[in-house]
Amino acid sequence: MPPLAPRPPAEGPTPLFGAYGIVKRFGDFRANDGIDLEIRAGEIHALLGENGAGKSTLMKILYGLLEPTEGVVTHRGDIVRLSNPEAARALGIGMVFQHFSLCENLTVAENIALVMPRGLNRRTLSARIAEVGATYGLHLDPGRPVWSLSAGERQRIEIIRCLLQDPRLVILDEPTSVLTPGEAEGLFTVLERLRDEGRALLYISHRLDEVRRLCSRATILRGGRVVGACDPREETARSLAAMMVGVQVGEVKPPAEVPAGPERLVLRDLALPAPGLHGTALRDVSLSVRGGEIVGIAGIAGNGQAELFDALSGEALAPEPGMVRLDRVESGRLGITARRRNGAGFVPEERNGHAAAPTLSLSDNAILSRHATAALSRFGVLRRAAAKSLAEAVTSAFDVRKAGPDPAAGTLSGGNLQKYLMGREILAEPGILVVNQPTWGVDALAAAHIRQALLDLAGRGAAVLVISQDLDELFEIAGRIAVLHAGHLSPAVPAAETSRETLGLLMGGAAPAQSATVAGTPEPAREPAHAH
Amino acid sequence: MIQMVLVTIVAAATPLMIAALGELVAERAGVLNLGVEGMMVLGAATGFAVAVETGSTLLGAAAGAGAGLALAALFGILTVVLSANQVASGLAMTILGLGLSGLVGASYVGLKREPAPHLNLAGLTDLPGIGRLVFGQDGFVYLAFALVAGVWWFLWRTRAGLILRAIGDDHTATHALGLKVRRVRFRAVLFGGACAGLAGAYLSLAYTPFWAPAMTAGRGWIALALVVFASWRPLRVLAGAMLFGGATVLQLHAQAAGLGLPGQALSALPYLATILALVLLSLGKRQGGSLAPAALGRVFTPHR
Repeated sequence: MPPLAPRPPAEGPTPLFGAYGIVKRFGDFRANDGIDLEIRAGEIHALLGENGAGKSTLMKILYGLLEPTEGVVTHRGDIVRLSNPEAARALGIGMVFQHFSLCENLTVAENIALVMPRGLNRRTLSARIAEVGATYGLHLDPGRPVWSLSAGERQRIEIIRCLLQDPRLVILDEPTSVLTPGEAEGLFTVLERLRDEGRALLYISHRLDEVRRLCSRATILRGGRVVGACDPREETARSLAAMMVGVQVGEVKPPAEVPAGPERLVLRDLALPAPGLHGTALRDVSLSVRGGEIVGIAGIAGNGQAELFDALSGEALAPEPGMVRLDRVESGRLGITARRRNGAGFVPEERNGHAAAPTLSLSDNAILSRHATAALSRFGVLRRAAAKSLAEAVTSAFDVRKAGPDPAAGTLSGGNLQKYLMGREILAEPGILVVNQPTWGVDALAAAHIRQALLDLAGRGAAVLVISQDLDELFEIAGRIAVLHAGHLSPAVPAAETSRETLGLLMGGAAPAQSATVAGTPEPAREPAHAH
Repeated sequence: MIQMVLVTIVAAATPLMIAALGELVAERAGVLNLGVEGMMVLGAATGFAVAVETGSTLLGAAAGAGAGLALAALFGILTVVLSANQVASGLAMTILGLGLSGLVGASYVGLKREPAPHLNLAGLTDLPGIGRLVFGQDGFVYLAFALVAGVWWFLWRTRAGLILRAIGDDHTATHALGLKVRRVRFRAVLFGGACAGLAGAYLSLAYTPFWAPAMTAGRGWIALALVVFASWRPLRVLAGAMLFGGATVLQLHAQAAGLGLPGQALSALPYLATILALVLLSLGKRQGGSLAPAALGRVFTPHR
């Protein structure tokens, strides 16, 4: 395929930044394959695409972290070479990273000083941090170490660090993925203000509602190429998603009213002390999930999701056996294998390292969680063939794309591995399934597939508990939703009778009755001190 | 008498201080160099050999530091450039350094030199009580104290020091900001090696002015323990080195005085102190964060 020749901007004024004919090859793989992008001053430009579409590669090229194999970047019409982030920053390009690039053991001011020009003394820096903070409503104590800050506060550091360099272009990678709805509102206000100051913003997000609200132009990437451009305000979330994945995303079919079955998963006043310095204690968590229904647990990461999951799966034992009842068996003091034998299935949050051992093959990973519920060994000796056929059954039933017959789990893409892990549990036909963040970092098609599988499982009479940060997901599949905040679980209410505003307030720790206005609140809801 | 004891304590603490400060800088950058003992002993042999050949203590000290630096360069190529395992590479450096030092020093065993000259200021050095302690040491001692101040100033008062600490805390984040992780780490390792070599040269040129195989006698390992004991802070290295040096000297005096305790028990004191310090540090832990550089010992491989 011939490389696209750099071409001048098609029409209109010279864009602030342009990228023309960008190709980035990693070996034989073309992460970017002839991408053209123009960003104008005073616009919020959305970059949309699934995982692997080439968004982060393009971003890294614009921030000087990667050099393109072919193609040019222009600044006000002149070709520029971005050989490192310092060069990009000198041209006025700033970046707010998704996985914050902050050093936890350094203070706020030290983290900011890392990218500031030489010869800036700390007093001047602290004054400027305070000044920018006051201008944009981003308040931070420069002397606090980063480890003591919440995700929202950490993002403020990134934003201030960026703004102190008076950037012309700010690149934001999935900026709302760790924020409460209230914090996200605060961020949007800042972003709109930056736009009104004439800065350009490149906004990368999976959340199509946000893109439709903030952005006036969108470039859509698929397979490393530009497949479309549009004004997202004139599109629907569904039409944007369809452009991203190239096919119509199948709408998840809500279950035909399943008559609620017997209580299968019951938590009664579950209390657990915090497992460590970064952990959250669970306080009097009560919940019941009936056969045939999906109950969703919303909340911001670090509010006890991992601890609740561990208490359900048996990774952490409850103080009393009766605090956790699975199919009427008092399971609080039972281990994971015993709970699985009683018909429960669990899919924890982290794919690599918790739910799967990345260097082991798929069949070995099947053995790890299914040894108790499938005949995979005889007299303690593994039956490899049985494990392989189980892995095959999962991959074909869940459309898992893999290289080779039985590859290492870590070689699968996030979406495919997640489908495999869900399938591994679901094929056991568990009566109770507990999943934590089932579609985190998974592309739209795989996410739809996973959600449908959860609905189908509930349709067959299982009790399904879904812990998720994604409210859209919970509204899509859950019959009832509860909110976990600071280790405390709110009562589960029917999804049809609540709203994202109400849930957002609960996620931020406010009682929903206290105030009905969310958007008008100047201070974002106080977030918990835990950020992990 | 008290002054004499203090002078010997300072002398015993000096090599620990120099080697530990070098290792502290390397560890602050995120590299665990277990080859300190090897670099130290190679510095001792090379330093002594060069000093005998040239007759210059200064050249000997420089050669000792250079030998430590050369071995550290090898370690840096292995661990920083080629991303090899730091523990295994460091142990290999210790064994290699012990072997090389035997080779370098083979024909110098049994030779003696005048110890490095001590400062002698008319009037001041003869002051009763503190004269010898403050104004009568050799150059290594003053250098060691200057290093404490210098390393502290560098790490907490300069931009380069901030970048070094940041890289030791999170190499992924600092790399994403465009900071040169490998370059900084390599330089930190070189500094650590040079300090270890210099500490070794102190042993063979000033402390006991002769060369004997394996004469460092585990001081490189004590220096490593000292860094942990000091929770990666230069001023605490100073205090720790005095404590460790004090234990060494007291053990000698205790034996001379015919104290009932076996010498080995006293020799173990510094290590017991390290264990105790670690326990106390863990118990009195803060709400979060870590005392050790968070990326310590973790190999960094940049993404393509």
